[in-house]
Amino acid sequence: METVVETMPETVDPREQWETAFEQQEVGLKAGFPEWLFPLRKAAMARFDEIGFPTSSDEDWRFTNVKAIAALPPVFSQQAANVEGIELPAGHPLLKLDCDLVVFRDGVLQIELSSAIQDGDGIFVGSLVQAFAHPTLGPLFESRFAGQREVEENGFEALNTAFAREGLAIYLGANRRLKKPIHIVYLSEGKEPVETRFIRNLIIGEANSEAVLLESYLGGGAGAYANNVVSEFGLGDQARWEHCRFQDELKTSYHLSTLHLRMGRGAHLASHSFALGAALSRSNIRLKLNGQDGEGILNGLYLTDDNRVADHHMIVDHAKPHCLSHEYFNGILDGTSKGIFHGRIHVRQEAQKTDAKQTNRNLLLTDQATADAKPQLEIYADDVKCTHGATVGQMDEDAIFYLRARGIALEEAKRILMHAFASEIVDRVQWEPLRDRLNELVWTRLEK
Amino acid sequence: MLEINSLQAGVENKLILKGLSLSVKAGEVHAIMGPNGSGKSTLSQVLAGRDGYEVSGGSVSFLGKDLLDMGPEERACEGVFLAFQYPVEIPGVNSTYFLKSAVNAVRKYRGEPELDAVEFLALVKEKRKILDLPEDFLKRPVNEGFSGGEKKRNEIFQMATLEPKLAILDETDSGLDIDALKVVADGVNQLKSADSAQIVITHYQRLLDYIVPDFVHVLYDGRIIRSGDKELALQLEERGYDWVIEEALAPA
Repeated sequence: METVVETMPETVDPREQWETAFEQQEVGLKAGFPEWLFPLRKAAMARFDEIGFPTSSDEDWRFTNVKAIAALPPVFSQQAANVEGIELPAGHPLLKLDCDLVVFRDGVLQIELSSAIQDGDGIFVGSLVQAFAHPTLGPLFESRFAGQREVEENGFEALNTAFAREGLAIYLGANRRLKKPIHIVYLSEGKEPVETRFIRNLIIGEANSEAVLLESYLGGGAGAYANNVVSEFGLGDQARWEHCRFQDELKTSYHLSTLHLRMGRGAHLASHSFALGAALSRSNIRLKLNGQDGEGILNGLYLTDDNRVADHHMIVDHAKPHCLSHEYFNGILDGTSKGIFHGRIHVRQEAQKTDAKQTNRNLLLTDQATADAKPQLEIYADDVKCTHGATVGQMDEDAIFYLRARGIALEEAKRILMHAFASEIVDRVQWEPLRDRLNELVWTRLEK
Repeated sequence: MLEINSLQAGVENKLILKGLSLSVKAGEVHAIMGPNGSGKSTLSQVLAGRDGYEVSGGSVSFLGKDLLDMGPEERACEGVFLAFQYPVEIPGVNSTYFLKSAVNAVRKYRGEPELDAVEFLALVKEKRKILDLPEDFLKRPVNEGFSGGEKKRNEIFQMATLEPKLAILDETDSGLDIDALKVVADGVNQLKSADSAQIVITHYQRLLDYIVPDFVHVLYDGRIIRSGDKELALQLEERGYDWVIEEALAPA
């Protein structure tokens, strides 16, 4: 009898690997950046040491297994900046929109390809390095970097603060209005070994500024990658912004994003999230209504199939009175895929007359698809209007019968209802050309 | 037009219709009345083709075709229309889009050319006036946020637009105040014609003051136990159902 002796592969704790990588990368992480940044990176790394990657025993990650991402060794993007000849997917519906472009390739900003880059007349669009070095705006960007929380909430975000060198900074001065919407296109190719690409965006809209900002995450090629993106938005009083993220990463890949949104008095922000791609996407949205009469709309649609997972985790913080936050998230889940929606609403004692609403609706196309919804209300004020509702179900049989009873064939009836379910979300996009393109993209995906 | 012969049907092994027969000819208005639980709604659902109802005996022919053999959409295209007792709210589906899809599905089935947007809007403009519906209601999602009265008017509006040969009004009067009832009844009356028929299912005689039936049938325990003219409805209003039931159950 033959005896097979298996030698256990030497297992290295990924945490140790990241720590080693941090030491090795020190020179690169300092290069071009002001001195104040490195201590922040170091503190974030210490935070990562302390908390590590989230596990399913963390309440906020209970439904989402991130083992596969946590096991990725540190491999960084090999992409150079300012590469010529990078081709944009010109036929993509979102690239037909009339926008100023910013292009990232495999997590690296391509200034030459980015028509939106500018500096002057109260508007700045540039790289993170340019932003921090800016003679007048530098200190402002410094104060906003990692400025919306005391510590990083989770290991992914801590790694982002520690490692992110790439990112876009936008400054829109008081009363300024973007002439054209800005479209940030993140082109990502799969690689072997799998790269983790850190992107850190800093966006400032001063009082009464107006802008439309679109972000598209478009994946291509074979292999896989992990995009780890943290974006920090600070909107001043009466600012009016519309923001849309279209996530269509490669289906083998990972998308981890955290969006910090802080809004001043009377500011209005609609932030849309369309999650179509990635093997696993996790989107943390942190909205803080920090001035009276602020209005935040968080609106999202996720479409998953196979065994993919789309996870949205929201925390809305009502810090001041008379603010409104409405969250609308719909999911259409096929195959054995999984949708997760976690919505926490925190109403502070001072935040009287809060109007907070949260709905999450899930349409399961198969018996094997699943959806988890977890609303969480923490209300410390007594005069507020807070509602939440979540539904998980198959297509509404009553509605199907109603349509058929009017002469509409079964398949068409189902099509109409599925379209309606998606349109509820798409229709909240205010910029009409974008809404039309999103309808087209979502519809093409559903028809497949 | 419609021949129901000894129809037996139920839901989840519970027999509800126990041998119901009814003959409806073009140009006629039939009222089906009866106490709660007699099978009125089951009849309307079975005729419209709702899933979950099992037909265990009898037959239904519509214009010579086997109605029970058709799916709900086919019945609708053949000209059967059910005005729902509880019209369904369909969030996200625009009323115009819905109704245009329905009209064109029926037209396609009949081999008629589909209506374009302009032709369709001209059609609904004319029909909308009959039901006194607000102009913006076609821009709203189907029945969403409609009041009870608006939903019922919307049913009749759809009926006016689709021009069925046989309309089945299932408790269309329930939940309506007297003014709304008149509007709905006016609409239904305007749609009366020599080559179409109507079946009005109702618990109360009230609606029949406005939609005058040629025949009145009393449904009880899954069978029609008495038929008469509109006088029967008045008697039922005055005396209730008990006497009819007693007479029907008494040995001959």
